[in-house]
Amino acid sequence: MRTRPNYLGGLAGFVWLAVVLVPVYYVVVTSLRNQRGFYDANPLSVPAPPTFSAYELVLRNDFWRYFANSVVVTLATVAIAVAVALMAAYYVVRGTTWFSRFTYRGYLLGLAIPIQATIIPVYYLITRAQLYDTLLAIILPSVAFAIPLSVIILANFLRDVPNELFESMRVDGAGDWRMLFSLVLPMIRPAVVTVAVYDGLNVWNGFLFPLILTQSPDQRVLPLALWSFQGQFRVNIPAVLAAVVLSTLPVLALYVLGRRQLVSGLTAGFGK
Amino acid sequence: MSTVLEQRDRAPARTPAPGRGRLRTGPSPLMAVPALAFFGVFAIVPLGGVAVLSFMEWDGIGDPSWAGLANWAAALADPATYHAIWLSVQVMVVSWLVQTPISLLLGVLIAGRGRYRALLGVLYFLPMLLSAAAIAIAFKALLDPNFGMSRAFGLDFLSQDWLGDPTLALYVVIFVIAWQFVPFHTLLYQGGVRQIPKSLYEAAELDGAGRVRQFFHITLPQLRYTIITSSTMMLVGSLTYFDLVFVLTGGGPGDATRMLPLDMYLSGFSGNDMGRASTLAVLLVVAGLALALGLSRLSSFRRGSQLEGA
Repeated sequence: MRTRPNYLGGLAGFVWLAVVLVPVYYVVVTSLRNQRGFYDANPLSVPAPPTFSAYELVLRNDFWRYFANSVVVTLATVAIAVAVALMAAYYVVRGTTWFSRFTYRGYLLGLAIPIQATIIPVYYLITRAQLYDTLLAIILPSVAFAIPLSVIILANFLRDVPNELFESMRVDGAGDWRMLFSLVLPMIRPAVVTVAVYDGLNVWNGFLFPLILTQSPDQRVLPLALWSFQGQFRVNIPAVLAAVVLSTLPVLALYVLGRRQLVSGLTAGFGK
Repeated sequence: MSTVLEQRDRAPARTPAPGRGRLRTGPSPLMAVPALAFFGVFAIVPLGGVAVLSFMEWDGIGDPSWAGLANWAAALADPATYHAIWLSVQVMVVSWLVQTPISLLLGVLIAGRGRYRALLGVLYFLPMLLSAAAIAIAFKALLDPNFGMSRAFGLDFLSQDWLGDPTLALYVVIFVIAWQFVPFHTLLYQGGVRQIPKSLYEAAELDGAGRVRQFFHITLPQLRYTIITSSTMMLVGSLTYFDLVFVLTGGGPGDATRMLPLDMYLSGFSGNDMGRASTLAVLLVVAGLALALGLSRLSSFRRGSQLEGA
């Protein structure tokens, strides 16, 4: 329809692209340098020859343990949060009482609770429950703070499932669980994937709960490990940045695989 | 369970209208229990708990003891509190002013179809994937006055001590926050733009409206709810910028970037003054809820479609 190209928009788009890509490029090329190259070379030049010594150093320093901790925390949180949010969304959308509307409002308001504001009582609860410095200490509050948005996005999608489907299943004598597994879950699978990926991203990158609720290197997750690498390798910036790259690879892989799903799911989920 | 069938009316309501006194057809309230339990124990109870703790004295290790209004009196008499609040307000306002136009324009740009836009879309969202810790570490290295990008271009104005200068540091923080969050808001706007009916543009085209007029008379008004949603998340979110600032500057130089959440963390977990920290936390909650409620009066989080009345 419109053929005249939008030069201004295009230009702005590429300026921002440079703003995004220069730091990313810098991290990658620097992680491929050795100490000497870091001090001598132009920071944006391609290292010649590239070396993986920084990566070797990081991998020798318990990287896999932190990685495993992050995997455990993320998988557990996502599994619990999605299951629990799905039930809650089903209740919110199909519920007929004031209580279902009340809880929905509660989740909406829950979005506005700054996570930091609750951290001191959470710390108190976790220490008194003897959970301090365990992975469970990260998982439990992470689930809680993943719930509001997960419920809202799932509920937004669930509203589009036609009433008649629920009714005919009800006629067939289906209970809540059968509805959930054989109707709700298949119908809104894309939304479930979106929510799982989004929650997973947040938990994988979460910093505050691990910082406050764990202490020993045994229980360290990746973002916290990056922070401690920064202290440990104070003079070895390539090593610190290699750790940054390594910690990002899994989410990058996930993004490449599920980008379309994530982007379309999120825009639809928030747009409604 | 199936005997309730005849109770269903044929009203056109999409969702069952509540309070009509018919038999229960909805799910058992037990379905709501697990989510409410998690959310209650780790969000609602702590919300009340922090209010209580703001009247107590606690070093974070022993048992809290009653302190009355002492924390509040101390916090409100402390210039550091007002400094932290002022920094948070600055970050909130400047972040909004910077991020909103950029994300809106980028959202409009990549909402269009086309191969290069799809590619741009992929690349734009990279920062959304990175942890705040990773971003902070990357920028710390990048902005290093001796070995960072200043050396790449050999330009004098680039070789500042970006994070060592109290005025510059705050703006660097705001920039890095924008770098991290613009992708997410771009995504929201992209979604918003794609929901605008094409017919509006076709009509405007026939009327001879140019691109600029179309933007101001169609795109912008149609995006009003997206703008409110995005702004709410941005403004409330700015009360929670913690990890990025913590790793990037640690609040420094001096207290130049010690914003409210950071001040709370440092007071409580480094300074062992959980009383003061709880008072600041209460301020955060009040500000967050007030912002969200105020903005939702502009009706962002509503049920129903965004296209109503389009």
